Amino acid sequence: MTDQTASDPLTQKLLERAAPSRAEFEDLVIVPIFAVIVALAVGALVMLATAVDLPTIGQSYVALVRGSVGSLNALSETLTAAAPLVLAGLGLALGFRAGLFNIGAEGQIVIGGLVAVIVGFSFAGLPWAIHLPLALFAGALAGALYASIAGWLRAATGAHEVITTIMLNLISYRILDYVLRQPFVQREGRADPISRSVLDSAQLPGLLTWIDPNLRVHAGVFLVVLAVIVVYWLLFRTKVGFEFRASGKNPDAARYAGIRASFIIVAAMACAGALAGLAGANQVLGVLDRASPGFSAGIGFDAISVALLGRSHPVGVLFAGLLFGALEAGGRQMQVDAGVSVDLIGIIQALIIVFIAAPLLVRAIFPWGFRKSEAGRNE
Amino acid sequence: MDIELRGITKRFGPVVANAGVDLHVRAGEVLGLLGENGAGKSTLMNVLCGLYAPDEGEIVIDGRPVTFDGPSDAIAAGIGMVHQHFMLVPVFTVAENVILGIEPTGQLDFLDRAAARRQVREIGDQYGLRVDPDALIEELPVGVQQRVEIIKVLFRSADVLILDEPTAVLTPQEVEEFFGIVRALRDAGKAIIFITHKLDEILEISDRITVLRGGRVAGQGDPETLTTRQLAEMMVGRPVSFDVEKAAYAPGDVLLEVRELTVLRNNDEIAVDDVSLAVRSGEIVGIAGVQGNGQTALIEAITGLRHPAGGSIIYDGRDITHSSVRARHAMGIAHIPEDRQRTGIIGDFTIAENMVLNSYYDDRYASGPSIRWPEVMQHAARYAADFDVRTPSVHAKAFQLSGGNQQKLVVARELTRDTKLLIAAQPTRGLDVGSVEYIHKRIVEARDEGDGVLIMSSELDEIVALSDRIVVMFKGRIVAEFDAFRGPVDRNAVGLAMAGSVSEAAA
Repeated sequence: MTDQTASDPLTQKLLERAAPSRAEFEDLVIVPIFAVIVALAVGALVMLATAVDLPTIGQSYVALVRGSVGSLNALSETLTAAAPLVLAGLGLALGFRAGLFNIGAEGQIVIGGLVAVIVGFSFAGLPWAIHLPLALFAGALAGALYASIAGWLRAATGAHEVITTIMLNLISYRILDYVLRQPFVQREGRADPISRSVLDSAQLPGLLTWIDPNLRVHAGVFLVVLAVIVVYWLLFRTKVGFEFRASGKNPDAARYAGIRASFIIVAAMACAGALAGLAGANQVLGVLDRASPGFSAGIGFDAISVALLGRSHPVGVLFAGLLFGALEAGGRQMQVDAGVSVDLIGIIQALIIVFIAAPLLVRAIFPWGFRKSEAGRNE
Repeated sequence: MDIELRGITKRFGPVVANAGVDLHVRAGEVLGLLGENGAGKSTLMNVLCGLYAPDEGEIVIDGRPVTFDGPSDAIAAGIGMVHQHFMLVPVFTVAENVILGIEPTGQLDFLDRAAARRQVREIGDQYGLRVDPDALIEELPVGVQQRVEIIKVLFRSADVLILDEPTAVLTPQEVEEFFGIVRALRDAGKAIIFITHKLDEILEISDRITVLRGGRVAGQGDPETLTTRQLAEMMVGRPVSFDVEKAAYAPGDVLLEVRELTVLRNNDEIAVDDVSLAVRSGEIVGIAGVQGNGQTALIEAITGLRHPAGGSIIYDGRDITHSSVRARHAMGIAHIPEDRQRTGIIGDFTIAENMVLNSYYDDRYASGPSIRWPEVMQHAARYAADFDVRTPSVHAKAFQLSGGNQQKLVVARELTRDTKLLIAAQPTRGLDVGSVEYIHKRIVEARDEGDGVLIMSSELDEIVALSDRIVVMFKGRIVAEFDAFRGPVDRNAVGLAMAGSVSEAAA
């Protein structure tokens, strides 16, 4: 046990990393791809069942592709839609890893966005380099604090986070309504609840407006890339990430290892809330320029699907967010070109989740895509 | 009914789990099937149950070859398996569990509960399996739940019963009762395959013994003439030492002192009642006792997982009664937890991650907020090699290891830290002979190097083999103490004390 050199052959052999097994590959790559294919096929059946004729179905899927990746504008829309989904999805994934089922991204987006707007239209005269980071930071902090309420309730009283975060979502809508009517927030000359506009110095700048002012993609995408890297680092390279994952996988073993459960719960909720708050800030500072009732648009709920589809892995969440962003952008095109209701996209998104959650079903549909499993062997 | 497996070979990819195994069971006899974890016992039985189709070989029932396309074929042929982990619905009654899947129905397909209860009672009377058909499973002790599993199999008219590690979950008294049931079944003409890795039991209950090693039949024999030593050698493939070699008893200062400790269970019952106990460095103190007499709570209190209701714990001159788990780790207390699956390892984590489960924050492995994974990997690989954790790589997930290797992983993690006191709860439960021997050797080494060791085990053999001093816990109190370093202890006296008969237990 004492200092031997680590060079003996057995030790070296133990250090070798086995190539990712076929099963892992199937699980991470093939199942999601087939899930998307099956979901699109079932989506076509749904259209058939609602008396859409075959040419229109074909047309709508062509439109789906065109609207998501078919042009520069389509790509811009896909990225714009994906950015908040990935940010909030990362937060949820982090919570899932720590064993917390946080349904509260929606409320954290609302609070984060609201605070970011207020900071964004205040402080006239600040230089861009200070004002924008300040607004983003304020949004993230507000989201973190808001989420910590649920974390604290769980740690101190045992109140389950699913319940408390759902309630906090509802509370956040009322807070938004209330604050938007306050004189220092409400836009001058308006009777409806709508905030002042974010100052130019706090806006996430458009990236492609020099080509066409209508291209909406903005600097938030850099924020997304940064967030993916930071969350990956946090989860897999740091002590706190180790504690998160240990608590999530086996709370008893985590306690035995001396990890403080209550600290982990509050910290994980705060991190998740910070990322959701950032998603809200990203929306108001990059796309909307202001806050109004319902500005969160259900992103916090879609982000749950994104986190699940991405298997709670930062890179997976990135791809899942891009897919959902593409479906959203393409869905709008589908409605325009083929007259198919945009609700179909919701159905397809839901089907993807169903098939991801039931890999056995996917395996049964595509038996040739998978190596025959040696199920049930345990010795 | 006679059943014969001829030349059964079963491969999983490159792994050969069974290689040309022959097995023969006759009606009215108990065949003991012995083998280490991973020897191929479970695979063989799963072939017999129709869960796996063999790659080669055949199953012959009463002289006729049969093929099973699934478990239902095997059940129809009269083969029933009682699994190690029970498959019962906790919120159902005994009768409901027994009939589940083949419910007797009356008119209009209504469930005939009365018939179910009657049949359960009849089977119980016939074989001495006394169970109240209306009791809820979740309210029954484990030993009774096992009877329900057997009734389930009998209810499906099984003539061949496969009992997979049936005694692993039972207390010594329950084991005796259980053997009575097995004999009754045998005398009623059932063929029984009794799977275990406990040598004493197999000698006691079997009429014939077959030993598997590495997927092959390593030996067969008659329990009348075989000794445990011979059996162990067949099972492991080399001579096994049951005697633990220890250096002379030379205890140092008192390292751990528990003073008048009282600990409550979650339901506020008293688990540990005014217990005082001391462990010196360089000695092994064994806590004997039937499970559920407060040992678990005592260990939890000493390791910081449960707050004591009264009393104090002094370690190395400091009062640690209210110290955190982590502080105790840092002071050099190592803890091999009672339930390795639940608390000792994280199955989804890699071996390397599990190896640093309670030391990842240490300066060796961490710098600032981040963990230095290359360092972790180097150490984990070295420890795994040193402690004979058999795995292809430290990147493998812990759940892929066998129970024995999981436990060696835990032992490696705890003993490679800079420790002064080792607390080991059930350190070898459910392990095969080879692993037990190895872990015992390591624990004794820690003691010989001057560590204090506190062992808790429900296996008296283990306590007697390892301990310098033995204390017996009964109903939350220490009822007897024995000095084992003076010479062999009177096992009978320890056993009596474990059963609560205090008066004559003294040393």
